[in-house]
Amino acid sequence: MPERETLLEARGLEVGYGASRVLHGVDFTVRAGEAVGLMGRNGMGKTTLLKGFMGIVRPRGGQVRVRGREATGGAPYRVARQGIAWVPEGRGIFPNLSVRENLVMAARPGVHGRRDWTLERVLHAFPRLAERLSHGGQQLSGGEQQMLTIGRALMTNPDLLLLDEATEGLAPLVARHIWRMVEEIRASGIATVIVDKNFAAVNSVTDRCVILVKGRVVFDGASAQLREAPEVAHAHLGV
Amino acid sequence: MDLATFFIQLLNALQYGLLLFLIASGLTLVFGIMGVINLAHGAFTMVGAYLAWSLAELTGSFWAALALGIPLTVLLGAAVEWLFVRRLYARDHLHQVLLTFGLILILEESRSLLFGDDVHAVAVPALLSGSLPLTDTLSYPVYRLALSGACLALALAMAWVIRATRVGMMVRAGASNREMAEALGIPIKWVQLGVFSTGIALAGLAGMMAAPVSSVYPGMGNQVLILCFVVVVIGGIGSVKGAFVAALLIGLVDTFGKVVTLEVAGVKLLPQLAGMSVYLLMAAVLLWRPEGLFGRRP
Repeated sequence: MPERETLLEARGLEVGYGASRVLHGVDFTVRAGEAVGLMGRNGMGKTTLLKGFMGIVRPRGGQVRVRGREATGGAPYRVARQGIAWVPEGRGIFPNLSVRENLVMAARPGVHGRRDWTLERVLHAFPRLAERLSHGGQQLSGGEQQMLTIGRALMTNPDLLLLDEATEGLAPLVARHIWRMVEEIRASGIATVIVDKNFAAVNSVTDRCVILVKGRVVFDGASAQLREAPEVAHAHLGV
Repeated sequence: MDLATFFIQLLNALQYGLLLFLIASGLTLVFGIMGVINLAHGAFTMVGAYLAWSLAELTGSFWAALALGIPLTVLLGAAVEWLFVRRLYARDHLHQVLLTFGLILILEESRSLLFGDDVHAVAVPALLSGSLPLTDTLSYPVYRLALSGACLALALAMAWVIRATRVGMMVRAGASNREMAEALGIPIKWVQLGVFSTGIALAGLAGMMAAPVSSVYPGMGNQVLILCFVVVVIGGIGSVKGAFVAALLIGLVDTFGKVVTLEVAGVKLLPQLAGMSVYLLMAAVLLWRPEGLFGRRP
């Protein structure tokens, strides 16, 4: 396999809130088109790591590089404009904007001028949103909100999508739809970092898995390798 | 009151209300979107009025004064945001009140040093100096009609930008969740700079346009500020639509409160209590809807 561009790289990343330290020197790399599962029990620093990438939390030490360029603690909008889209835990839709406005406000060509994801394509991928275009963001069900957040992220034509607990609290049927979408996004060549409690699902849609324990990387290897060594997952994730 | 007088008073009320809306909309935008209480908002109306007067004296043309004055107030607003207000977004309202009160003092003192403390009049531009005859004896000045029309056009333009354009969507998105908007590639600090300087420019422009009908005097901003807060509170904090309705209501109540006689059980209420009518209206609205007419319920 030819060496692909490194989209996102963290070296020795340290993040803390007040007196508590959450990340203790995390190394993490995502290459173009790669699907990476980020796993760990609650409170191990997964969400903080994603926020550290986006520049939403300011690291105390270490480095974040986006496309090879220094981006440590940079403004989130600059990180986003480098082709990185974030689907946060809790979704973060704009309740005072309609479904259409939530999507349209984010529309932007990608880093190399790519315009693959248009409003039409997002609505085709999530027909439920098409039926609710003029609804306010707060009138949507949990599953619809999740579709909206993913659709909104796709409107920025990203090269890397960070998905934080995209299926949390969703009915199994809706969660399956979201997983199908994740597969489709992956197949379209967008790299993904997936945080989710569903170990089997994450493992099956990713190339590589990273396990965090108390702010440190304890496993970083092929997803297939993790499937063959269930004791690793059992020890660190309890599955 | 005969029909012609009523009609004239109605036009006066609308003109007053629309002008008030123009000033208050800037205040409610900055308050609603950025959470900043800007006590100096009225002082920028005064700055606008003094700019209109001095630039008109300098250039000999009211239009030239407008053309120069508008970009100047935008720049002034941007400078104030960049130097001071930017540091207040994350702080509580007390810090904002302190700093913007300080700005009032600075603006008033600068005005006194630059332009003196005299009251000035600004001539109505020749193009709009005529009067429209309504009856044989009554007529209405064209400038006041033009002023109402300009305010209405600006109100519609503002509503369009906020409701229907992507910039408006970004502004609303940033108001509801700054972090998320930023993570979608929107440079929120530039959006805030834009909203604040637009708000200041609206206040300044209102001062410029009102200069030929009111007059230009020290402290004129403070009087305006109190009324603006009444508008914002009645309309609902942050609601531009609310500010529009509230400003027109205040225009009607204030204008007709001064010309209508009302006597209940031998006690003369109007026009004797006209000075209080606006505040009575606010009290009544707050009793009925504490969040204001178009405010979000807490």
